[in-house]
Amino acid sequence: MFYIYCPHCCEHREEEEFHAAGQAHIPRPLDPDACTDKEWGEYMYFRKNPRGIHHELWVHSAGCRKFFNITRDTQTYEIKEVYKIGEKPSVVANAVEVQNSHTQNSSKTPLENTLESQSGATL
Amino acid sequence: MSDVTVEVMEKKLVTNQRPTDAIVGESPLHHADLASIASQGPQEGGVHFCEHKLLGLLTLRCVPLPQQQEEIESLLGVALPMAPLTSVTKDDTSIGKVSVRWVGPDEWLIIVPGDEAFDLETRFFETLSGHFSLVNISGGSTVFDVSGDQVVSMLKKSIPVDLHIREFPVGKVVSTIFAKSGAIVCRLGENQFELVVRRSFADYLWLWVQDASREYGLVVKTS
Ligand SMILES: [Zn+2]
Repeated sequence: MFYIYCPHCCEHREEEEFHAAGQAHIPRPLDPDACTDKEWGEYMYFRKNPRGIHHELWVHSAGCRKFFNITRDTQTYEIKEVYKIGEKPSVVANAVEVQNSHTQNSSKTPLENTLESQSGATL
Repeated sequence: MSDVTVEVMEKKLVTNQRPTDAIVGESPLHHADLASIASQGPQEGGVHFCEHKLLGLLTLRCVPLPQQQEEIESLLGVALPMAPLTSVTKDDTSIGKVSVRWVGPDEWLIIVPGDEAFDLETRFFETLSGHFSLVNISGGSTVFDVSGDQVVSMLKKSIPVDLHIREFPVGKVVSTIFAKSGAIVCRLGENQFELVVRRSFADYLWLWVQDASREYGLVVKTS
């Protein structure tokens, strides 16, 4: 069971009041008509499954019904931090993992790279 | 580009949910006949239950500017509680007892006497400036009042929230899970709570409260 701090209610609540809504920081292609099927498919269907630090979107569904982000360690289940939509995480995966993810993501299109730099967060 | 032009309505259509006195409103617990249980049932017990029937419930959503906050205060007779999980209740405003519950950072639940909801809604749309949404949800919810020496023990079986008076002082309000349903729970006194529940879950929660109160004794009261 998680005991989750809601940044809108400003207190900890039981996990059953919340729903996980998947990976955080997924920017929608700015012009869906102009992107390739591959870009759209990656936006729609492809998600990270990291071992370690993961940024997730959660919603306080039975409480204030607001969405917010959680940075969680998928190995230990430890919640590292909670931050509002639009804010940037202060806890991110370590440099080695970032480098790895860069090599993995080398197939990224210029659009994805632009979106990534616009959103200011790691995809 | 689409050819559809959207005409901006200058006035919002506000419908009176109780247009004439000839239409008799029935609360979601009408079938339970609480009045008979109140007169014939147990008169002593650890948990007291009462339904506040047919109150006026309005959901206000906005990110209020200072001017809007002033306008809302003059409409309601009380200021919006801006701090998370806080509420205000005032018995003697010009429209009677008014309660405002914080639900989210841009959402409040306003509770007024049932026959005041339509007038208040109308005045909101006439008076309040800026961007906001107000919806009359009176028909969709009902209000329970639970109290008594053992009410906290009964609630501990029902909601996953710390009810210790230090963590949950009088005036605090939370939206949370209640059994398998949800409720807006507000502490009115050390041993008194208000539950705002969905109309369609009212019967289920009434049955739940009866079951959870069995070991303490349940006293039904009429409001
Ligand atoms: Zn919340």
